[in-house]
Amino acid sequence: MPHIFSIPRITRRAWKVWYRNMVVFVRTWQVNFFPPLIEALLYLFAIGIGIGTYVKEIDGIPYVNFIAPAILAIAVMNSAFFECTYGSYVRMYYQKSFDAMIATPLSIEDVIAGELLWGATRSVIYVVIMLPVLAAFGVVSLPLALLAIPLGFIGGLMFAGIAMCFTSISPGIDTLNYPAFLFITPMALFSGTFFPLTLMPAFLQYIAQALLPLTHLVAIMRMLTLDAVSWTIVLNFAWIAIVATIFCLLSINLMRRRLIV
Amino acid sequence: MPDIIEAQDLKKDYGSTVAVDGIQFTVRKGEIFGFLGPNGAGKTTTMKMITCVSPRTSGTLRVLGMDPDRSPAEIKQRLGVVPQETNLDPDFTCFGNLYYYSRYFDIPKDLAEKRADELLEFVQLREKRDVAVEKLSGGMKRRLILARALVNTPDLLILDEPTIGLDPQARHLIWEKLRNLQAQGNTIVMSTHYLDEAERLCDRLVIMDNGKILVEGTPAELVRQHAGHEIVEVETSDDVIACLTELKVTFEQTGDMIQITATTDSAREIACNVLDRCKPKRMITRPATLEDVFLKLTGRTLRE
Repeated sequence: MPHIFSIPRITRRAWKVWYRNMVVFVRTWQVNFFPPLIEALLYLFAIGIGIGTYVKEIDGIPYVNFIAPAILAIAVMNSAFFECTYGSYVRMYYQKSFDAMIATPLSIEDVIAGELLWGATRSVIYVVIMLPVLAAFGVVSLPLALLAIPLGFIGGLMFAGIAMCFTSISPGIDTLNYPAFLFITPMALFSGTFFPLTLMPAFLQYIAQALLPLTHLVAIMRMLTLDAVSWTIVLNFAWIAIVATIFCLLSINLMRRRLIV
Repeated sequence: MPDIIEAQDLKKDYGSTVAVDGIQFTVRKGEIFGFLGPNGAGKTTTMKMITCVSPRTSGTLRVLGMDPDRSPAEIKQRLGVVPQETNLDPDFTCFGNLYYYSRYFDIPKDLAEKRADELLEFVQLREKRDVAVEKLSGGMKRRLILARALVNTPDLLILDEPTIGLDPQARHLIWEKLRNLQAQGNTIVMSTHYLDEAERLCDRLVIMDNGKILVEGTPAELVRQHAGHEIVEVETSDDVIACLTELKVTFEQTGDMIQITATTDSAREIACNVLDRCKPKRMITRPATLEDVFLKLTGRTLRE
C-alpha cells in the first residue's frame, strides 16, 4: 500500500489531463489572455511609475527595472497557485472530473500530475504574455530575460505542488482562503519583491531565504532580467528544484489518500 | 468460456466498518447481472472494486481475467462505467464530452469523432450535439453518460443506478438501450433500487445486505423460492387478524396490510375463504414480485 512519501507511478497519460485543461483554456482565451496583460500594465504604472517617481532607484537600478522581475515572479506564483487550489478543487469536488477520469485508463497519479503540469503551464503562459509588455517599456534586458519563460515552468511547478498539498487537505473550498491570504499575499510583499530583502531585520531575511519560495524565484528572475547573473543563482535554483520535487510528489500522494479509499 | 468477473471472499473495510464482507459471485459473458440491496448494503463499494477505483482489502477479484490491483489501466481500457453521480464535464458540449473522454482511452481523433456522433445518435441526443451539458434535462444527462461509457466499445459495462431520478419515458429508453447492448454481446453489471427494473432486465442477480450476499439467482427463481407465486393482500383489522388466526392461515403484517403467500393453485382458495369468512374491507390477489423477495429478505426497517 503506497504511503505519502512513496514515489508515485506516473505515466505519459498525465498529458491527457493537461491537454483537457489546455483545450478549455484556449477556448475561453479572451478571459484568460487579458488579465496578465492588464496586470503587467497596472503594476508598471501604479508601482513602477507612481512610487518610482519618489524612489527613483535601488542600488543604482531604476525602480521600475527593479520590480519588473518581481511582477513576473508573482505572476508565476499566483497563476500556478490559484489554478491548483481553487481550479483543481472545483474540478475535483464540484465537477467530479477526477472521478470521471479515473474510470478510464488514467490513474489518480496521472490526473494529479496532469493538473500540476497544467498549473505550471499557466505560469509559463503568464510570463509569455507579460514579457513583451515589460520589454516594450524597456525594463527587462533581452535576450537573457527570455530564460524567464522556462524558469516560469519550474517555478510554476513548485507553486502548483505546494498549492495541491493545500487542496488535498482542505476540508472545503473556503478554507483555501487561509493559504491564499496568510501565505501567498505576505510572500508577495516580503520576498525581496518591491524592496530589497536587506532592508528587513536579519532574522526576517533568514526566514525569507529559508522558507519563502518566492524569494528564490524573484532572485533568479532579477538576475535574468537585469542581466546580472551571479554564482548564487545555483543555490536559488537548487532550492526551487528540491522544493518543487518534494511538494509535487507529496501532493500526488496526499491526493491519492484523499480520493482513493 | 472464462467468466467476465470472478470474486471470491471479496472484502472491503473502511477503517473499522466493513462495507463488503467476504462476498462471492461470478458474472458470465453476455448476461445482465444485477446487484440489489438497501442503501449501505455494499453495492457501490463492490462496483468501485470492480472498476479499479477502490482497492480491495482482501480476497480475490478477477475482471476480464485480470487483477484490478495489478492491471488497472488494462482493465479500465475495456470497461464502460456509468456512475451514480452525474459527472459530465461542464466545460464541454455533449459532443465535447464524448470526444475528449475518448482521448483518455487513446482513441485516434478521427475514430473518436465518428464514434461520438454515432453514440449521440444511439442515445437520441443528436440535436443536442453542440449544446452545453448544463442545459440538458436529467434524463438527457443520464443518456449522455451512458453514451460516454460506450466510447471505448467496452467489453463490460458497469452501471451504478443507471435510471436514478428519471421519468418513466427516460427509464424505458435506457432499458431499451441496455437490451440493445446486450443483444450486441455486451456483458452488463448494474446496481439498482428499482426492483421492477431488475426484474425486467437482469438475467441473474444478487440481493445484498450489510456487506453480504443474501441470495443469488434469476429473478423468477428468487420469486418462486422466497415469495411464492401469488400474494393475497388484505386490509388489517382486529377482526381479520382473529379470523385468519382461526383459519390457521400463515400471514405477515406489513403496515396497514396483511400479506398471505400462496402458490398459484392455493391463492384462489385462500382468497375465497378469506373473503367469505373474514369479510375484509379490501382484498387483492396479485403475482409475487421481486419486491416481495427483497422486503422479505432485507426487512422493512428504513435505511439511511
